[in-house]
Amino acid sequence: MPKRESPEINAGSMADIAFLLLIFFLVTTTMDSDWGLARLLPPPPEEIEQQEEIKIKERDVFVVLANANNQLLVEGEVLDVSMLKEKAKEFIANKARLETLPQWEDVSVSIAQQKLADAQNEETKKKWTKRLDAAKLLGDYTLTKQVISLQNDRGTSYDLYIQVQDELANAYNELREELAQDRLGVSYYELLEKAKRDDKAKEKLKAIKTVYPQRISEAEPKDAVQ
Amino acid sequence: MSRFKKKSGKGSQAISTASLPDIVFMLLFFFMVTTVMREVDLQVKLEQPQAKDIQKLENKSLVSYIYIGEPIKRAKYGTEPRIQLNDDFATVDDIRPFIETFRSGQDEGLHSKLTTSLKVDKEVKMGVITDVKQQLRKSQQLKIMYSTMQKSE
Repeated sequence: MPKRESPEINAGSMADIAFLLLIFFLVTTTMDSDWGLARLLPPPPEEIEQQEEIKIKERDVFVVLANANNQLLVEGEVLDVSMLKEKAKEFIANKARLETLPQWEDVSVSIAQQKLADAQNEETKKKWTKRLDAAKLLGDYTLTKQVISLQNDRGTSYDLYIQVQDELANAYNELREELAQDRLGVSYYELLEKAKRDDKAKEKLKAIKTVYPQRISEAEPKDAVQ
Repeated sequence: MSRFKKKSGKGSQAISTASLPDIVFMLLFFFMVTTVMREVDLQVKLEQPQAKDIQKLENKSLVSYIYIGEPIKRAKYGTEPRIQLNDDFATVDDIRPFIETFRSGQDEGLHSKLTTSLKVDKEVKMGVITDVKQQLRKSQQLKIMYSTMQKSE
C-alpha cells in the first residue's frame, strides 16, 4: 500500500466557525431578561374573611394614598414621591421612639427565651423561635409593629404606583443594609446574592428580614369587578 | 508599481467557496435564534416605568405574561388601554381561563412557583390593573411581578 501523503487541512473556515460561536453567544446572552418588582397578592377576599380580624392601632399604620391627579397623601399630609422614602424609613424603624410612630419592642436572647418558654400556642412559638435566632445572630434589636397601607384610586397612573412601590421597597432595603453593615459587617445586597448558594448567608438574611419585615398591605378595592 | 503588476500575468484565480456553507449556517442559526426570542407579537404600546429595587425573573418557563397598554393600531382599536393575552386582545374575564390553561400545561408540583408578569405601559390607569389583579387573586395566581426598567441614578 502506497503511503498517502497527509493533505494539509484548510484552516480558512476556522474564522467562520469562531464568528458563528461568537454570534450565537451574543444573541443568547442578550435575550431580553425580565426585570421588575416581585410581589405577592393577598388571597381572595372570601378567604380573608374567615380569618380572625387582627386589631391594628392607628399609630402602627403608615397610610399612603394616591389620587387620580397623581398626588400623594402620606399620613395626612401632601408629599412628593421623592420624600416618601425618608418618611417611610423614619416610620419603620422608629429610632426616635416617638409616641406617634409605631409601637416598639426590645428583643434580646434572654427576652426571646423567656417568651418562648411562656408561649401558649404554636404560632407564638414559631414567631419567637424566629426572633430568638435573629437575636443570636445580630445581638439585641428593636422590633416595631409597622404596617404600610397603600391605597390608590382607579385613576392613579401606573407610573406613580410603581414609583411608590419602589420607594417603599427601597426604604426597607436601606434599613436592612444599615443593619447588615452595622451588625454583620456585610452588605445586604451581597447577602441576597449569596443566599441562593450559601446556607449561612441565608440564615443571616432571614435574621435581617425578621428585624425589618416588609409589610405592605394594599386596600381592598371598593368597586373592583362588578 | 511594478510590484503589483507581477501577478496579473497568471490569470484570474478561482475564489474559494469553502466558507459558503459556514455563512449559510450562520444565517440559519441567526434566524433560528431570533425567531425563538419573541414570545408574542406586541399589539399594544409598551413603555415600562422605571424602578430602582428590581429583581430578575428566573425560570422563564414558569412565567405567563399579561400585556396592558394603548393599542398600536389606534385607528382600528381606539386609544383605550387594552389587555393582551398571547397574541390577541382580551377582556378582564378572559384572564381566569388564560391562567387556568397555562397552569394545566405545567407540572402539578410547580404550581406554587408559577409567576405572572404584568407588562404594563406607564400611561395606563390603575383601574384596569386593579381589575386584572382581582381576577388573578380569584384564580389563585398570587405570585406576580410588575415588569419595569432599571432606573439610572
